Amino acid sequence: MHESGISIWFFIGISLLVNGVLIFGAGVWEWMHPPASQLVLFQLHAGVWWGAILALIGLLYCIKFAPASAR
Amino acid sequence: MHTTQLVHLSTVDVIVVAFYFALVLAIGFYLKSRANTSEDFFMAGREMTAWVAGLSFLSANLGALELMGWAGSAYQYGILAAHWYWIGAIPAMLFLALVMMPFYYISKTHSVPGYLKLRFGEPSRVLSAVSFAFMTVLMSGVNMFAMAKVMQIVLGWDINFSIWVSSITVALYVALGGLRSAIFNEVLQFFLIWAGAMLIPILGLIETGGWSNLKILIAQRASAEYVHLWSGLGSFSTNPMGIHWTGIVFGLGAIISMGYWTTDFLVVQRVLTAKDLRSAEIAPIIGAGFKMMVPFIVILPGLLGLAVLPMKLTAESAVTAGGHSYNDVLPLMLARYCGPGLLGLGITALIAGFMSGMAGNVSAFTTVWTYDIYRALIKKNATDQHYVTMGRWTTVMGVLISIGTAYLVMQFASIMDYVQALFSFFIAPLFGTVILGMLWKRTTGPGGFWGLLCGTVCSVSLWTWVKIDPTALRYVALSPDAKGLAQDMYQATWSFLVCVVVTVLVSLMTKPKTDRELVGLVYGMTEIPAVGTLPLYKRPVFWAVIVGVIFVILNIIFW
Repeated sequence: MHESGISIWFFIGISLLVNGVLIFGAGVWEWMHPPASQLVLFQLHAGVWWGAILALIGLLYCIKFAPASAR
Repeated sequence: MHTTQLVHLSTVDVIVVAFYFALVLAIGFYLKSRANTSEDFFMAGREMTAWVAGLSFLSANLGALELMGWAGSAYQYGILAAHWYWIGAIPAMLFLALVMMPFYYISKTHSVPGYLKLRFGEPSRVLSAVSFAFMTVLMSGVNMFAMAKVMQIVLGWDINFSIWVSSITVALYVALGGLRSAIFNEVLQFFLIWAGAMLIPILGLIETGGWSNLKILIAQRASAEYVHLWSGLGSFSTNPMGIHWTGIVFGLGAIISMGYWTTDFLVVQRVLTAKDLRSAEIAPIIGAGFKMMVPFIVILPGLLGLAVLPMKLTAESAVTAGGHSYNDVLPLMLARYCGPGLLGLGITALIAGFMSGMAGNVSAFTTVWTYDIYRALIKKNATDQHYVTMGRWTTVMGVLISIGTAYLVMQFASIMDYVQALFSFFIAPLFGTVILGMLWKRTTGPGGFWGLLCGTVCSVSLWTWVKIDPTALRYVALSPDAKGLAQDMYQATWSFLVCVVVTVLVSLMTKPKTDRELVGLVYGMTEIPAVGTLPLYKRPVFWAVIVGVIFVILNIIFW
């Protein structure tokens, strides 16, 4: 951000990436092993696409704000 | 009384929550090396960009209690709750950005009491600092208790576990990294709240078939008045809240929101950390832009809950076994749509909201105690390192006092109402004092002090009168149909007026300050850097106009 170091945006990237991967993974698992009692709109598999979106945004932030490329 | 927890966390959910705690501690430890001077520890080095200052400015206000409470209010009162996010915030945030920020920033003050000292002298500073320090650490305790209660109801967690785990985490990351750590975690919280809560309105609108269908469902289950922002406010009796448009515009829009957004030290402190004046002006505008979008994840879920939840929610006091209160609507909607992982993220967003609220209060308390009380009155000429050490220990003490308050509130639940009321006593008069100080050269030190004191006494008196005799509300709010919420609006208006009148009268009777004493503090004596050569899109006023136009359009759309 100012001198060399880890910027807040990189930490946010890490948070979104890790959470996104966890949610995506849990979503895929549930899709392959549907639970007996399902949530409303289960058929949309929100975890899969939302997890993917979060992971992608997180990855972009991590790349753009990686400490090695920070000025 | 709740007998079963609302949601059950799976292993993935627990990992998501645990990862959050690990990350905030990692941020605190990482930032310790950048928090060794008082400028770094208390003011984050005054080098935050507009985006960081703006997002943390908004997040400092966006606590979990607020998220859950306003979703509950939307369920209870309909779209009227959105007023607290639109007219009750946007004009004030834009006003702070364009009118007040130059004086706060150019005066190089570290806090709102610090500005009062420069402008009015020590008595005003001490009055405001002591009341603020006291209030903020109590609020932190009240929030801590509320969080523990929510975690117990929603997750079945033991109250003591919630209090101690969250307190120790907050104490660590703020004592280590100072204000920068609190700000970084607030920005993180902002992203987590959107990531965790945004699915509810998206899936909810899919389930109801869109906004038009949602309105039809709400009209069937409650009333068509629930989806109109202004058309029912012509009289106290034609809307679910029992308020009038004058209370919303003048009480909420002009006084309460101005008082809060322009003088509450917790939010103003974040903008004071900006790296230059232009960033300090743009930060609240960025905050305003996102604040306008918050109803999408707070108010809309409350309305969706009204339309789709099979059970009827009630006031907290009327909850029966197996029943739920209005404040449960957000967790219930999370449980409705969010599977493993998603649920954990939603819960993490709530926990993050609570913890950064605590961190914000504690870091504000630490700054005001160290600069405005300890350094000003007790130990004036210590080394910089001494004040940083005092700051770290004050952080720990502040958290411990908050824990004590949390346990006190557990014993005497009505304390929560009193603390909320105490907080509201100060903000409207403080706004009067600060705005007169910034815009009118003739305001004197005694004028500022007596105006602030009399305005506060007026707030306390009106509140006490209505508490002892609830029918007195008809006089305070000037109508027999006024209900509870109207009290805040009219109380604030009266106390603001008293503060202004007393300040003006006492100032005119006392010796004016010299021009030299007012440089950098008041309109006409402050050289505000020109923006002449800046392209239009870099000027704060350009973005303020854009945000203002969108604000007007939203109010028309949802009329």
